[in-house]
Amino acid sequence: MTTTTRPLVEPRSLIDSFALGLDAPICLTWELTYACNLACTHCLSSSGRRDPRELSTAECKAVIDELQRMQVFYVNIGGGEPTVRSDFWELLDYATSHDVGVKFSTNGIRLDAEAARRIAANSYVDVQISIDGATAEVNDDVRGHGSFDTAVRALQHLSDAGVSPKLSVVCTRHNIAQLDQFKAIADRFGAQLRLTRLRPSGRGADVWDDLHPTQAQQRELYDWLVRHGEGVLTGDSFFHLAAYGDALPGLNLCGAGRVVCLIDPVGDVYACPFAIHDQFLAGNVRSAGGFATVWRESALFLELREPQTGGACAGCDQYDACRGGCMAAKFFTGLPLDGPDPECVKGFGELALAGVAPGSAPRPSLDHSHTGGVRGGPVPLTLSTRRPDRACDESPLTTREH
Amino acid sequence: MTSAPAPSAARTLDAVDVLDRAWDLDPRVAVRPESFGALLYHFGTRRLSFVKDRRLLEVVQRLAGSATARDACLAAGLAGAELTTYGRALSTLAATDMLVPRPDSGGAPV
Repeated sequence: MTTTTRPLVEPRSLIDSFALGLDAPICLTWELTYACNLACTHCLSSSGRRDPRELSTAECKAVIDELQRMQVFYVNIGGGEPTVRSDFWELLDYATSHDVGVKFSTNGIRLDAEAARRIAANSYVDVQISIDGATAEVNDDVRGHGSFDTAVRALQHLSDAGVSPKLSVVCTRHNIAQLDQFKAIADRFGAQLRLTRLRPSGRGADVWDDLHPTQAQQRELYDWLVRHGEGVLTGDSFFHLAAYGDALPGLNLCGAGRVVCLIDPVGDVYACPFAIHDQFLAGNVRSAGGFATVWRESALFLELREPQTGGACAGCDQYDACRGGCMAAKFFTGLPLDGPDPECVKGFGELALAGVAPGSAPRPSLDHSHTGGVRGGPVPLTLSTRRPDRACDESPLTTREH
Repeated sequence: MTSAPAPSAARTLDAVDVLDRAWDLDPRVAVRPESFGALLYHFGTRRLSFVKDRRLLEVVQRLAGSATARDACLAAGLAGAELTTYGRALSTLAATDMLVPRPDSGGAPV
């Protein structure tokens, strides 16, 4: 939630100040591990297996010390599944006792009654439980068998302990029709609903064509968000929808490398959580000078803080509203960064995508996916809805590796 | 269509009321100076506020050492109509619990 002291308007707008970067991030995403018990089809970080180079407990604490010195107000901890790290609770307590608030995302696997009480006892910790369907059927199709029940059990433990969590939902073609049901689940557990945008990042690139909302669903989502105002959180992730008319609550700008960034499990610093690719790698917290030097001096971040021209979008009457949309969504669908978002509400993205050669979009630089699948993992076995790229005499059923 | 709810009118003091009281930053608020002014983050409410003016930051930093917000403004070099403008900004910060009335200031609870 944000407020501004409105009467004191400077000649240069606040958005412009932010776009040019801050001395330190307001918050950042910190993925503590690539290890995960699930194998969600749309995982933005292609998580699954633990990386042997993962930051140690001592190295994580050194990062927290640095965030405290830089006055980074809070970290959004995720993964992978962060709670599978044996030092997870130790790091959480260390952060909050060093003036760094914690918001962490979990699928709920380790969230038993004791963990819920522990969260209740620390007033600087927020927890968000991920579900991507308001029914087990829709949710488990992308997150794996049993994952809906796990999430609901975790919500119940939190509710019993008096914790008001967030219910975090990635909006897909299959769950846009369930927005009211998500709200009802959130209300039932005293939770706040948080809706975020699906990105073609990580394994999300493999399912993007099948899962990203249609134009009509985007409009439905926008109207729903406007109706619910600040009662529903969005992590500022739908600013590309501002081109429909009114801006949604929030900053409405791409904060990559300007107000936010990602620290990955091995200490690599990327411009944003959805951009795990060498092109958006700014440095590593293990290097001399640590995170602060990466944030303040990396060539990539300095470039991102240069004024943006708008490129192919500059002439569009909605550019000031949507600012060209999401950098990662463009990159991983093969679109130029200075053109329209693939989900541009005016349809310019679809036009641009028609000119992208199949298979030419960049692939994520890292893949920690389970190689043998996981028990109960999703089995994406769906009728192909698109024409094949070449003549094909195989079964019309497509199977994707995950 | 509805817009975001406005801060509760009952909790919004007018600029003059704010100026005549003594205020402290809530101890759970962190202040981070930035080139455009400052960021204020309240660890209790999780609210972030943007102070878009260096002089407002100075006023906020002077509150704890001043008998009233008006004194803090004057000490920061403000005068005349500016006082009302800055009083209104302080009122916004008070309405979002960034500022708390100093207990011995004699003012009614906000």
